[in-house]
Amino acid sequence: MSLADHTRYRIFKDILARNIMFGLTVFSLLLAVIIGLGLYFKSAPILNEHSLWSMLSSSSWRPFKGEFGFYPFIMGTLWVTIIAIVIALPLCLLSGIYLSEYAHPFIKRLVDPMIDILAGIPPVVYGVWGVLVVVPFIGDKIAPHFVEYSAGYSVLAGGIVLAIMIVPLIISILTEIFASVPKELRDASLSVGATKWQTIKFVILRKSTPGIFAAVVLAISRAFGETIAVLMVCGNISQVPHSVFDSGYPLPALIANNYGEMMSLPLYDSALMLAALILFVIILIFNAVSRIILVRIERRFAL
Amino acid sequence: MSLSLVIPEKNMRYPSEDINESTILTIVNNERKKVVPSSSTILNPLISVRNLNVFIQKNHILKNVNLDLPNKAITCIIGPSGCGKTTLLKTFNRLLENSSEIKITGEVLVDGENIHDRNIDVTHIRKKMGLLSQRPCPLPMSIYDNIAYGPKIHGIRNKRKLDVIVKKYLSAAGLWEEVKDRLNAPANRLSIGQQQRLCLARGLAVEPQVILGDEATSSLDPISSKTIEELFVHLKEDYSIALVTHTLRQAQRIADHIVFMYLGEVVESGPAAEVFNNPKEKLTREYLSGYFS
Ligand SMILES: Nc1ncnc2c1ncn2[C@@H]1O[C@H](COP(=O)(O)OP(=O)(O)OP(=O)(O)O)[C@@H](O)[C@H]1O
Ligand SMILES: [Mg+2]
Repeated sequence: MSLADHTRYRIFKDILARNIMFGLTVFSLLLAVIIGLGLYFKSAPILNEHSLWSMLSSSSWRPFKGEFGFYPFIMGTLWVTIIAIVIALPLCLLSGIYLSEYAHPFIKRLVDPMIDILAGIPPVVYGVWGVLVVVPFIGDKIAPHFVEYSAGYSVLAGGIVLAIMIVPLIISILTEIFASVPKELRDASLSVGATKWQTIKFVILRKSTPGIFAAVVLAISRAFGETIAVLMVCGNISQVPHSVFDSGYPLPALIANNYGEMMSLPLYDSALMLAALILFVIILIFNAVSRIILVRIERRFAL
Repeated sequence: MSLSLVIPEKNMRYPSEDINESTILTIVNNERKKVVPSSSTILNPLISVRNLNVFIQKNHILKNVNLDLPNKAITCIIGPSGCGKTTLLKTFNRLLENSSEIKITGEVLVDGENIHDRNIDVTHIRKKMGLLSQRPCPLPMSIYDNIAYGPKIHGIRNKRKLDVIVKKYLSAAGLWEEVKDRLNAPANRLSIGQQQRLCLARGLAVEPQVILGDEATSSLDPISSKTIEELFVHLKEDYSIALVTHTLRQAQRIADHIVFMYLGEVVESGPAAEVFNNPKEKLTREYLSGYFS
């Protein structure tokens, strides 16, 4: 092969590789659009019947009477997710810092695979554990101190189970992020006489802020959609929770519990599709907003 | 991190697994070299290194280093790449032990106190021995905060005091005029040369006793280089300065004292004029005349 041929061949491969990758990227983007559109068309019948706003703000869910209020489910989803993040984030930050900055390599070698195992346990197992341990613990030990009655099946139980499920994910992302902070940066801070903790607080956490934020966003997206484990411990009563000990009914649980049953009811099928669409849009908006915030953080901290 | 600080008085102990041909050779070499008097010329050294050995991952990096660095003077450490100059400076401010598998034996006395002493506060040593790293590394914050970082860490909270400090040391490093209008801009937008001066200012802002500069002017143009050199000459009235440099002319310009290292050993050290005009060792002569670099 002559040199010119060889060059042409290399350029051809370059162009080919680029186009294939471009095609695959477009395809995966298209998939999201297709799912969104599909959900929209499937929920069109109910959107023609009732106004979207009235359904979003109504609390009454009586499919037999043709009343479809999504407000309790949206609130259920938000409660469970927020509780999960509030529990998981401090835990993950502190153990992530410990593992990457303080832990002896031996401990790290021991803990890393355990975190991977935790991440690999199927959600239904967490759900069973939640029913057997978390729910009775809340019902018997915690709730009586605060409210008159709670069976334990509550948004708190859902939040705890969900928190434990997302902890391994967040920790493993965080340790990666802390590990990617260059050693020179630590040295620069230590060189002026900073302690290790000062270095972590003022330099490493600062440098990692966008990464931490991205990890939290990923975890929240995951938490929004988590279905089975939450469904098993949340009580699934279509009411707006007013305390962490109230039952809730998140959107994914609503869909998973009811899809395929009572489909003869008018508009029921379409209402469940709308629930899925709402979930889809919540996650979409959430990701868009967090992307904007992330850019802001990066600009502000000049990282 | 496995770190063991064995600090025997004068009797060196080699870990048995590290004994090999080269270490034995070193021991022999050192027996020979003990004859060369290095401390006789320095009256009250600020830093004294006695039988310092450093192992990184079982590699013998610094071999039985004996050194005295004079107070209020500039010592230039010269030697070919990879001979252990950075390692020596990092041992002086105890930064080295943050890497994994480090073993340090011997003594480094600063002001008469052993920096590896069990009761000594590491942050105190690091504040005292200001190290400017080989590659400039601005902290992920504004120019102002980079300089104020050290003083804040050591408890200065007063904003007006901090303003004064920031201005003082940015001026000292010859950076004030260039950045005074954008003190709140992120430091990593500065050019590499500016970053180097920023790091110098950051190091000076905690008022160390000793300045350890690892090629502090390597990414500067001749003029800024000159500014920094003049700064060092000015600073030596109050500080002791140890500079690693690859530029022999720079060493000739500013050094009072020269340390020549080769493959982890101190081959020769002495007053600059003596070493440059009349080197005792053949290796030094060859290095100075550019046979190798
Ligand atoms: N973290 C480390 N792990 C393993 N070896 C190391 C490490 N740091 C330094 N070394 C080795 O120690 C020796 C001395 O390195 P050092 O950085 O002190 O050289 P130097 O004299 O500063 O060189 P230069 O002039 O190129 O900066 C080199 O052989 C290097 O490979
Ligand atoms: Mg070096």
